[in-house]
Amino acid sequence: MESKAIRIKDLHKSFGNQKVLDGINLDIENGKITVIIGKSGGGKTVLLKHLIGLIKPDSGEIWVEGRDITKLRERELNEIRRKYGMLFQEAALFDSMNVYDNVAFPIREHTKTPEKEIELIVEAKLERVGLAGFGGKMPSELSGGMRKRVGLARAMVLDPEVILFDEPTSALDPIISLTILDLIKETQTYLKKTYVVISHDILGMFRIADTVALLADGKIVETGTPDEVRRSGNDVTMEFLNATKIPGFSLGGKS
Amino acid sequence: MIRHLVTRTDNFVREFGRLAIMFGKSIYWGVRKPFKLGYIFKQMEFIGVNSTAVVIITGTFTGMVLALQSYYGFRKFGAEGLVGATVALSMTRELGPVLTCLMVTGRAGSAMAAELGTMRVTEQIDALTVMALNPIKYLVTPRIIASFVMLPILTILSDFVGVFGGYVVGVKLLGINEGAFIDKMVKYVELGDIYNGLVKSAVFGIILSLVACYKGFYAQGGAKGVGKATTEAVVVSSVTILISDYILTSLMF
Repeated sequence: MESKAIRIKDLHKSFGNQKVLDGINLDIENGKITVIIGKSGGGKTVLLKHLIGLIKPDSGEIWVEGRDITKLRERELNEIRRKYGMLFQEAALFDSMNVYDNVAFPIREHTKTPEKEIELIVEAKLERVGLAGFGGKMPSELSGGMRKRVGLARAMVLDPEVILFDEPTSALDPIISLTILDLIKETQTYLKKTYVVISHDILGMFRIADTVALLADGKIVETGTPDEVRRSGNDVTMEFLNATKIPGFSLGGKS
Repeated sequence: MIRHLVTRTDNFVREFGRLAIMFGKSIYWGVRKPFKLGYIFKQMEFIGVNSTAVVIITGTFTGMVLALQSYYGFRKFGAEGLVGATVALSMTRELGPVLTCLMVTGRAGSAMAAELGTMRVTEQIDALTVMALNPIKYLVTPRIIASFVMLPILTILSDFVGVFGGYVVGVKLLGINEGAFIDKMVKYVELGDIYNGLVKSAVFGIILSLVACYKGFYAQGGAKGVGKATTEAVVVSSVTILISDYILTSLMF
């Protein structure tokens, strides 16, 4: 298996006069958690949406399984998408369906699995995210954290190779955030799939990341393990890490 | 001034183009397997079955007021017997289809735009795309097919209750001779008049669902954007229905 799940090469994207991505180069390791951190409104979500073909770049390439997905037609892109799962910022559960139907939806639409088997799969996934027995609830009856957990169960239901996470801890209290982060780490350790997480929650992300990439001014200014990034002497990186207000969090070039 | 006009025209052409593309895609996905019959039936229930009460009330009172008004006019030259034919012709050719479609636009069109708009701003439409499922096939096509099928059925209902309302007011309240009322109606109203109205309502059904889905599908900017999309959906579909009503009527006259 190739060690890189996704290779991003010189990706550019502007909206009107605003340059959002200005030459992104990044390799996403297979079977690892890669976290892309950066300021709010810095283009993280835009970058994530490029990885699954929701947005087309102005220029640049994104290589997945030997194919540049920016050049693919919708039908070919869908073949790639079937190997992806995504947890959206607000979970994006279908509010016309209950939790069970939400999680079962991708299986019903993509496979001919008998309903009995679907039931077993859905129950197992809901149990994995700690929501066994919640199948009959409607999304509107759930808290933000619970919705994200259902979103994660739905993203995992077809056992995708890659799961993308858009701000998994935003708008959650610190304790629920921690539960979500543990869940991400736990499922990844168990499933060994490729996870790409974008967030501005520095501390939380350093807990779970195998690789951290820092996005600033439309470019990836730093990549490395959490330890390597903390030791970085790069001004932008140090400024970002110092924003945590934790003395000594940025080791600023010291080894 | 000229610049403003050019921008407006440019926007209009662009929007019209996107609308046409959406219509083309919804037909394309409508004829491709697997057919989403469950989704279509659900929409038929929402757009058609759930609109029956409002259509019955509107149709009945329109027929009743038509009988009253035309009686007032015809009485002046002793032609009260023509009230039945007038009510039936107005209902089947014009008011049945137009009022039904305008009421359904207000009831179901606004709901479609609001629902799709909310799905857009809460990323549910993106979620479908990410699952490698085409949102047009799941969200737009069923609504267009359901409207295309259900609006003519609702129009038949409206025609029927309108004529019945006219009958009650004309014969039972105003005392027009029952024989003359029915005889003139049968004599002057042809099957073609009814078909004419049904063709119009099918076209209006496509217009209202397409415009509502389009406005909702491309909504942006949170709750405010959804509100704007909903208002625009109702206004644009209603105006388009009235304009296309004139065009269709003059073509089929």
